[in-house]
Amino acid sequence: MKGKKARQGSAKPGRKDNLIRLSLLVIAFSAVSVLAMITIFIFEQGLPIIFRHGLGSFLTGTDWYPTEGEFGLWPMIIGSLYVTFGALVIGVPFGLACAVVLTEFSSRHVRNVIKPLIELLAGIPSVVFGFIGVVVLVPFIRENLGGPGLSVLAAAVILGIMILPTIISISVDSLMAVPPAYREGSMALGATRWQTVRMVLFPAARSGIVSSIILGMGRAIGETMAVIMVAGNSIAVPRSILDPVRTLTSNIALEMGYAAGEHKQALFATGVVLFVIIMILNTLANVSSARKRKEKQG
Amino acid sequence: MRSNQRTEEKIVKVFLWFMTGLTVAVLFFIIVYILKNGLSQINWEFLTRNPVDMGKEGGIFSTIFATVVLTFLAVIIATPLGVGTAIYLTEYTWENRITRVIRFGSECLAGIPSIIFGLFGFILFVTKLGFGWSIMSGGLTLAFMVLPTIIRTSEEAIRSVPNCYRTVSFSLGGTKWQTVTRVVLPAALPGIVTGVILSVGRAIGETAAVIFTAGSALRVPQSLFSSARTMSVHFYILAREGISLGKAYGTASVLILAILLINILTYLLMNRFIRKYR
Repeated sequence: MKGKKARQGSAKPGRKDNLIRLSLLVIAFSAVSVLAMITIFIFEQGLPIIFRHGLGSFLTGTDWYPTEGEFGLWPMIIGSLYVTFGALVIGVPFGLACAVVLTEFSSRHVRNVIKPLIELLAGIPSVVFGFIGVVVLVPFIRENLGGPGLSVLAAAVILGIMILPTIISISVDSLMAVPPAYREGSMALGATRWQTVRMVLFPAARSGIVSSIILGMGRAIGETMAVIMVAGNSIAVPRSILDPVRTLTSNIALEMGYAAGEHKQALFATGVVLFVIIMILNTLANVSSARKRKEKQG
Repeated sequence: MRSNQRTEEKIVKVFLWFMTGLTVAVLFFIIVYILKNGLSQINWEFLTRNPVDMGKEGGIFSTIFATVVLTFLAVIIATPLGVGTAIYLTEYTWENRITRVIRFGSECLAGIPSIIFGLFGFILFVTKLGFGWSIMSGGLTLAFMVLPTIIRTSEEAIRSVPNCYRTVSFSLGGTKWQTVTRVVLPAALPGIVTGVILSVGRAIGETAAVIFTAGSALRVPQSLFSSARTMSVHFYILAREGISLGKAYGTASVLILAILLINILTYLLMNRFIRKYR
């Protein structure tokens, strides 16, 4: 709002200027229109079959025999939830620890080394994570903990690592955004650094940290290739963390290659379920960071 | 009491540093492990010969070529859209309901999983528009995927150009468009390029969205409408179908080296950009 006057400029808006403004406005809606197109196409392909078989049986059915017309997504929904929850159990403590170290317990020098390294972690392709999981983590689990190795645990660990950059970078931003006066006030009252982090900074940066966790969760639910490689993909609700599991994303990717007809529609319907979950998470993260903005203004 | 707090502080500090160290160690482990097993595979022949026998023999030239073309196409499409959006958001409007809708759309798009992009690209480009599994379908899908990254980084870059640049340009009689194209954009260029390079990194590493839109044909693509297999897809197929572990490590090493190079470039550019305006 503050830029309104300064950026309106001195030039009188001529016809050419209006044309430019209009075309930029059209371009600016590209992201929104892509989002709208994705929504329309995924729902157009996926919804009919959901209506035909009933939303209830689609979501809570436990049998997935797509060639015989049985489309129950329950094992995959539970699979996605287990794996995502596991990823958060691993990713959140490590992510927050890194964020606190980077903002509170390290010199600027050290921060300038570690932060790019963590950003590098975000750049590593998901297939590489999956591959490392297959050649290192899966054999390790099989030999030391038992089971087939391809498991909820393996997927959770790999995803936990993959969501670290998301959690760290957003948490760091929100911790940095806490006014220095908060820190100084707390320290002046005799609190230690850790007490300051725990009792002043975490509450002050709460909404940012929460939205980092929600976005990390979205990344974990949506990840496909790495999960396919390490999760085992069998269609059953896992009874322990050492059992194999299939997620919503793997369900789509595994069968998309050969599916046809109703089977293919069922995969799009899987996409609809995934899409709805992601949009809910996105909106939550958005609300959370909007609250942060409001707190700062108020 | 006092000493208790000090011990607690010390323990917590050691513990937090231990966790951070472990995170960095995992990163190093992944990179070193891949390169240790894969670097020996890389030689001139590996980079310049086409895969033979499903990739069991030969090199990965066709996949490198496909990756480059696909990524280039994606960036060429996404950059004007992304930078245009950023210019509109920063220079031509102020915070209102429309910008909130645009931002929300961009943020949501950033959170959409790549497999959904894959489904979307498959149904729109491959099936409805009849492009088939092709570089075109894959490039368009990737372009939409990296669009939010380019919007966000360009917007930050343009915003960090000091306001006095604009004021001076206006006072010299420059129109709005002249100011944007001749003063603001050149000043923001390193930041914008950073975003583009980041997108290149994302496009190179993407698998799920590409495999359903560009397909996985192994030969060198002849036109924009022929199917192609990128390095990530090739690596995935080699590893998953157990065709050749050695070639898989080799391909992964080329991927990792490309990503390392991209990150170093981004880092250098970003540092220069930040130093300029501080």
